[in-house]
Amino acid sequence: MMSDCVKLNSREMAEFAAEGLLRFDGIVPDVINQQFLAEAGSVDTPNGEKGSNRTIKSLGNLMAHSSLPEVTPGTVLNTAYKETTALGELVRLPVVRGAIESLVGPESMVDHHFLHLALPSSYYKAAGIPQRTQHTHQDSTIDPRRAFDIQLFYFPHKVGLDMGGTRYVPGTHLRIVSESAIARYQNIRGQQHVVCPAGTLILMHHGVWHGGGINRTGEARYMFKIRLNPSIPQVRLWDTSDLSARDFEQRPIFFRKEATNPNDIASLLTRPQPWFEGDTGRLEYINRIRFWRYLLGDENFDADYWVTRIENEPSVTV
Amino acid sequence: MATKQQVLVLYLSSSALDANVIAWARYDGTGKDDHMSGDSDEPLYRSGMEALADGWRLIQASPLAAHAPGDEFRTGYLKYEFFFEKLINDE
Ligand SMILES: [Fe+2]
Repeated sequence: MMSDCVKLNSREMAEFAAEGLLRFDGIVPDVINQQFLAEAGSVDTPNGEKGSNRTIKSLGNLMAHSSLPEVTPGTVLNTAYKETTALGELVRLPVVRGAIESLVGPESMVDHHFLHLALPSSYYKAAGIPQRTQHTHQDSTIDPRRAFDIQLFYFPHKVGLDMGGTRYVPGTHLRIVSESAIARYQNIRGQQHVVCPAGTLILMHHGVWHGGGINRTGEARYMFKIRLNPSIPQVRLWDTSDLSARDFEQRPIFFRKEATNPNDIASLLTRPQPWFEGDTGRLEYINRIRFWRYLLGDENFDADYWVTRIENEPSVTV
Repeated sequence: MATKQQVLVLYLSSSALDANVIAWARYDGTGKDDHMSGDSDEPLYRSGMEALADGWRLIQASPLAAHAPGDEFRTGYLKYEFFFEKLINDE
């Protein structure tokens, strides 16, 4: 075990189950952010070299000279980053540690990490290649598991509107698609663009649809992503002390005399997204409920009767 | 004088053309406009009908497919995709 950790509560976990992400703006202290940027190294400045492989060469150069470590897939997180390094300190921050342990357990494994750079417009001009946003995609490949990986998106410096911060679509994580097969969906209602203070961390389910934007400033934009795999079932790993009987009871549906409590687990799991289709929005609720059943280790859980109704097959017992 | 195609793809909230737009994409064969991922947060039209009223010609709509047994609750790609075109005389 490592340092102290502040685990997520049940509301935060239900929000993660519904939206596929939790955002912590400015949570990483600036001394760690500065250390990270120094360790990452800087990308070389435009020198007029032409050709589309130029950005790849710049990144290759940066990685070769960077102080950030290489990590072999499957390395236990606790041993992946030396305590004295920026990343070592970052993953040991009590709130970060707690969120990671709540989602993927105390012995999660590093799948990979990568430094994502959004180079400034001057780079593309010098190289003579068009500056385009990244198509919307789901990382890795088709992944129909119930278990899930998380990805830490770390923004070590302030990201303004014109820096093309990561675009993501909350609530898309339970959709089974094949990586960039969704590239045609240029814009989706409810999409978000990261604009954040330095030291912002977003923890995402591996399935969240996302893409990089265009950096229209004069400075490179840095984002560091770490993918973590669970090594144990992701059942009740968070601080469940706020769960009460009310979080398991059915509530009257449709014809209701009083508004429902927005902090009920059932409310959090049935909050729609602007991009929901009429019919499949209901399937999203069902899939979230099934996801919550996995997290809770309780195959009887339901929210607003969505799953109970379709599981009701009365039979005659002999 | 060459005729060029502008393509509009709308994703609606149901199979009805008068349903709300939930996602969209544009491709301009005249090269006048360069559209790309994440370039707008509000759609040009609220429904497929509004696109028709603005002169877009519907050229394809996604069919309604039966749900494969055992796979009824799986969600994936957006279901209600409508392709529209405008033909532009590009001088
Ligand atoms: Fe990605």
